[in-house]
Amino acid sequence: MLRKVLFAVALVAGTVQPLLADNAVNPQADFKAFRKYFTERFPKLPLNDFVNGPYSMDEGLRKQWQAKEEFPPYDFALDKGKEMFAKPFKNGKTYADCFPNKGIGVRQMYPMFDAKSGEVITLDIAINECRQVNGEAPLDYLKDDMASLTAYMAFTSRGKPMDIKILNDPRALAAYKKGEEYFYTRRGQFNMSCASCHVQNPGNHIRTEMLAPALGIMNALPIYRSEWGSMGSTSRRLTTCNSQIRGVPLKPEAEEYRDVEYFLSYMANGLPISGPGARP
Amino acid sequence: MNRTKGAIRMRARALIHVAVFLSVGALATSALAASADDFKMALAKAEAANKQAADIKNQWTTTGQAIAAAKKAADAGKFDEAVAHAQQAEALANGSVAQAKEQEKLWPDAVIR
Repeated sequence: MLRKVLFAVALVAGTVQPLLADNAVNPQADFKAFRKYFTERFPKLPLNDFVNGPYSMDEGLRKQWQAKEEFPPYDFALDKGKEMFAKPFKNGKTYADCFPNKGIGVRQMYPMFDAKSGEVITLDIAINECRQVNGEAPLDYLKDDMASLTAYMAFTSRGKPMDIKILNDPRALAAYKKGEEYFYTRRGQFNMSCASCHVQNPGNHIRTEMLAPALGIMNALPIYRSEWGSMGSTSRRLTTCNSQIRGVPLKPEAEEYRDVEYFLSYMANGLPISGPGARP
Repeated sequence: MNRTKGAIRMRARALIHVAVFLSVGALATSALAASADDFKMALAKAEAANKQAADIKNQWTTTGQAIAAAKKAADAGKFDEAVAHAQQAEALANGSVAQAKEQEKLWPDAVIR
């Protein structure tokens, strides 16, 4: 009987241990491996240039972008965002009352893990929470107003290094891990993951588009896309990605999207905020 | 006598051929001419599979499109077409469910290490 018990314990230990090792959450190790992969794949590219997405991959595109930046297409959104940011709510308060440093130069800290709710809070979520606390209706995560506000807030953080904290809290680590899982999981009828394009194929074309590297991909958001003819929030970018691979998108700012933003932003720690960006 | 037997055999063969022809024809007709009930059954299967995909947040856009096409064909009384679209939708939904289950195990293989 004792022999049987010992055998069963040994069997379980032998099975569980490797599983635990495989599933261990180690953001620092992931960060190092992620950084090494991209810098070795593009050895001539200055590290900070990864945040420029497709323009870091192609000289011709870069020249077009530099010309475009003389009169950036997101300028109107910046003006609108600045105006919205300063305009008091009906109760007299403003966005500045909801954020650290009055909301100026804070973009690089988002998304952050909120220990109170146990969830990842993106800048877009924080903006809507601020509105609701002050008796205002939330903004649509896919529409121009949200993109304009986040564009302005990103602009005030330009050049500041991404600074995402993965708290030593099992819930924060679980959110990070779920984000990683979402990033690498294939979905949609085309059976593609985020990584299929942005890890395996940065610098390659998919139809006429140049694929951006995953490293630093969040730093340019929100973005003006010529294809859209308007600004787009992070939610708009993620839901569009899902549709393009023939997957039904989740709801904007769904937990999975927030978690993948958390994961990717952590991977970009130290790289400068370049948003709002402009993309073809 | 021989002539009579030969004639009977020929007539029997002819009857068998006709019977086979008719039964094959009947089968083919029943397989092609789907009814409203056939459509309802096929649609129910497709929607059940698509709900399973929705529950695990892994629906494909093409499944919804095939279901919509099935309903449109049924509304126009084209039940053969409607059943075909519904069956396609069911197959797509089953594919999305299988993909999600497979990826639960496979995604770690893609992680940069």
